Amino acid sequence: MNARRLAEEIFVPHRLVMIAVAIGLLVWAGMAMRWHWIPRYYDLALQGLWRTIWLLGLSCLFGFMLAVPLGLAQAAGPRILAAPARAFCTVIRGTPILLQLWLIYYGIGSLFPQFPWIRESELWPYLRQAWPYALLALTLSFAGYEGEVMRGAFKSVPGGQLEAARSMGMGRFAIFRRIWFPQALQRALPTLGGETVLQLKATPLVATITVIDIYAVSSRVRQDTFIIYEPLLLLALIYLVIAGALALAFKLLEQRFNRGMVG
Amino acid sequence: MLDWLYALWPGLETSVGLLSLQPPGWGGNLLRGAVASLQIALGAFALGLVIGTFGALGKLHGGPVTRDLLSVYTVVVRAVPELILILILYYAGTDLLNQALQAMGRRPVEISGVVAGIAVLGIVQGAYATEVLRGAIQSVPRGQLEAARAYGMGSVQVLRRVTFPAMLPLALPGLSNLWLIATKDTALLAIVGFSELTLETRQAAGSTRAYFTFFLAAGAIYLTMTLVSARLFNWIEARYRRGQVRQ
Repeated sequence: MNARRLAEEIFVPHRLVMIAVAIGLLVWAGMAMRWHWIPRYYDLALQGLWRTIWLLGLSCLFGFMLAVPLGLAQAAGPRILAAPARAFCTVIRGTPILLQLWLIYYGIGSLFPQFPWIRESELWPYLRQAWPYALLALTLSFAGYEGEVMRGAFKSVPGGQLEAARSMGMGRFAIFRRIWFPQALQRALPTLGGETVLQLKATPLVATITVIDIYAVSSRVRQDTFIIYEPLLLLALIYLVIAGALALAFKLLEQRFNRGMVG
Repeated sequence: MLDWLYALWPGLETSVGLLSLQPPGWGGNLLRGAVASLQIALGAFALGLVIGTFGALGKLHGGPVTRDLLSVYTVVVRAVPELILILILYYAGTDLLNQALQAMGRRPVEISGVVAGIAVLGIVQGAYATEVLRGAIQSVPRGQLEAARAYGMGSVQVLRRVTFPAMLPLALPGLSNLWLIATKDTALLAIVGFSELTLETRQAAGSTRAYFTFFLAAGAIYLTMTLVSARLFNWIEARYRRGQVRQ
């Protein structure tokens, strides 16, 4: 049924023409443009792609783990917790992520070498590299945006549900784990999917602090070979594919979460 | 006057000196960068609104080909990082313009950073604005449009008198978000070497080694811009919502 509807949507005359034009453009790009540099940079590109993906995955995971308490503090916490959480979200959402990244890398990064005990510690080999700062900046940014999303999601769970759970004799933690959090997450999922794509679009900024992600590899190709368009177009295609995969994954996740829901 | 504060906080006096508006301080550079950022953000937002209006009307009333092309535009722009779009459009735009000028027998020109920044960010904003405005126009009740048509209004008149005022309060939260994105996206132009606030900050911080002072000052400037404009948008929204039933 689903495949048939898809076929009905595609086999419309004007769409067939557009698809033919698109394929023609792709073939033309493959034949006429310069792609001879691909084999030489293949390994580097794969490493870069992997770095982009794990930076995205880890920053979203850690950021979400921070966002849940941030959202909860704003939605239901006492003022002493809610005010700093709100301030954090406002500052993160009000300043460009590039500025946050550079503040963390150049600012905090230049602070560390002054302390001998940090330089002698076990962590120093990591702190000398750029990726921990990139991961920290991306995580904090995701936490700031998602803290706001989770605040709305926690607030939108009907109070009756929580009262019913309380009257069943559930403890606070059980209510949160069984009723409040799952329903908030279900409401937040569509937004979270969009935000994850936005986070993907923020990852190439880490190239400015010398992390070699897929974007940095394409810049390297441009500088080495003076070929401008081909690496950039391929890069755009790669990001399109990743964004498409993310959108699909979130759609499947939403379907799973919506099972058994009315409406 | 501030001596007691400086005594309490030893680093503050150097920071204030570094941020002063006169030449030994870098405050003037930061403010010039902030003005450039605001200029680009305003231009890009306006261009985005124009593109978005036509995009939304095309998506709602256009033919099948227009609609499909517009969805390709919005999907691609919303999935590909702005940084890459900026690079592609910047290189391709300069290239195409110069080829066109050469074909006409003129000499190639250097595109100014402001114009390129506005054009590129405007195209990005246009994709988001298309979706915001389309959603808002769609949620105007059909009955109102039918009533307007029954009174004998033409389609332009319906758009001006009914659709536009009815959809504006619905579109304003999305547009306010877009404006905030525009102000923050100007920072990306630092990477292509345009001296807006973030690049000025990095240069100041790099040559004085006072990273925290300058990055925190720039953060405060950005935050002021976003907070003030959020207030402004709330005020406009409240004005346009007057007389409407609260949901």
